[in-house]
Amino acid sequence: MSSELSQPTGEATRDWMIVFEGVEKRFGDHVVLSELDFAVRPGEHVTLIGPSGSGKTTILRLLMTLEKVNAGTIHVGGECLSHVRRNDQLVPADEKHCRRVRKKIGMVFQQFNLFPNMTVRGNLIEAPTRVLGLSKAEANARAEELLEMVGLGEKIDAHPTQLSGGQQQRVAIARALAMRPDVLLLDEVTSALDPELVAGVLKLLHDIGETTDITILCVTHEMGFARDFSHRVMMFDGGRVIEDAAPEELFTEPRQQRTRDFLRAVLERH
Amino acid sequence: MDVWNWDFALSILPALLDGLLITLLATVLGSLLAFTLGLVFALLLRAPLGPVRVLVRGFVEFVRSTPLLVQIFFLFYVLPDYGVVLNAITVGVLGLGLHYATYTAEVYRAGIDAVPRGQWEAATALSLPRYRVWTGVVLPQAVPRVLPALGNYVISMFKETPLLIGIGVFDLVGQAREVGGIEFRYVEAYTLAGLFFLLLSYPSALLLRRLERRVGVL
Repeated sequence: MSSELSQPTGEATRDWMIVFEGVEKRFGDHVVLSELDFAVRPGEHVTLIGPSGSGKTTILRLLMTLEKVNAGTIHVGGECLSHVRRNDQLVPADEKHCRRVRKKIGMVFQQFNLFPNMTVRGNLIEAPTRVLGLSKAEANARAEELLEMVGLGEKIDAHPTQLSGGQQQRVAIARALAMRPDVLLLDEVTSALDPELVAGVLKLLHDIGETTDITILCVTHEMGFARDFSHRVMMFDGGRVIEDAAPEELFTEPRQQRTRDFLRAVLERH
Repeated sequence: MDVWNWDFALSILPALLDGLLITLLATVLGSLLAFTLGLVFALLLRAPLGPVRVLVRGFVEFVRSTPLLVQIFFLFYVLPDYGVVLNAITVGVLGLGLHYATYTAEVYRAGIDAVPRGQWEAATALSLPRYRVWTGVVLPQAVPRVLPALGNYVISMFKETPLLIGIGVFDLVGQAREVGGIEFRYVEAYTLAGLFFLLLSYPSALLLRRLERRVGVL
């Protein structure tokens, strides 16, 4: 693990898009993450790999404030996400603070989670109009442009239930991008798709990675994609980063036995 | 004397229809109150403040565990002591609405619980404000699913409106008693009143069953 990459402190948080410092997360007695330090540069694509239960998804959920840390701090874009300073003391962030900081962050879920009571258009303009204060016309223009980009321009007035899984996930990606996030979190976004639909969604993500400067954190079991797409791959095990390297290095000559075992197991399955 | 006199039956029909109108009025207004108040209760039962939840839970349990008639008497005879004087039909609507709100609250709760967690998480990930999460995402999914259950309570309430006789409301059954009392001929009056209830409840129940099937597909 390259310690220089992993442990920025103090002022340095400004040069990093995402900084985890001493993060601990427990569910009851079960420690999911412990003493976790890592940082991600602006525009960097980082893929988190590791066996299930190793805490990868929890990292994304902490960033999205769907979970709260038990110890440690998280900074996003130079701002503390997990805590606020009150009377010269760091206290856990309240809902208002979380909502403000997490506007910079978008997330795409394994199960798409489109709003079934709205059309595709409704899904795409809801947050831009209600949260960013865009006019209906502006939000519509943005929605149309994004749907074109994900190849679903003609589905704008369809309901999510009328779309295939792959199409729903494309809409979900467009919905996240409509908020113009600095950080995009991809939580096993192809795991719930039929095999023949996976490639299209991965291609789309690849294009987004090429054409935008969004910082992307990605949890996936698609090792081929991880290899092409990421600047860095972090291998998790037991709530810790056990290896952190460029993909060509980590996939060809992993240093840790645990990483080698994991990669072999994954490759055998696919 | 015949058991059934058609002329008499026809002659009391207008009075019975007047009563039916009152019954329907009480049911419609009572339902609207029950739907609104029930939703408020359901939301308060999820309030972040513990004491609010305990208070509302206590009230709901209390109202559910005591007879509707007692509640109506209470509203009608006790409130005036505190300067709140309402006419009988208003008290009736309040009583029915309040009583049934404690049931619809539970219905809404079930509907809200049935909205998948992912929907809440997606709303959070988009930073939607709290009121919009409710009005834009959760309730539009929860409410259609519970419409049949709410409808069943409307039918229940409809059949319980005769309790309002207790405070002098001339609903369908009240009128039946009244016109029956003129010549002590009750067969026609109560039979017709019962028939009216049947004619309205049964088709409504069938309609709800159809709705239930449609909602089930959602």
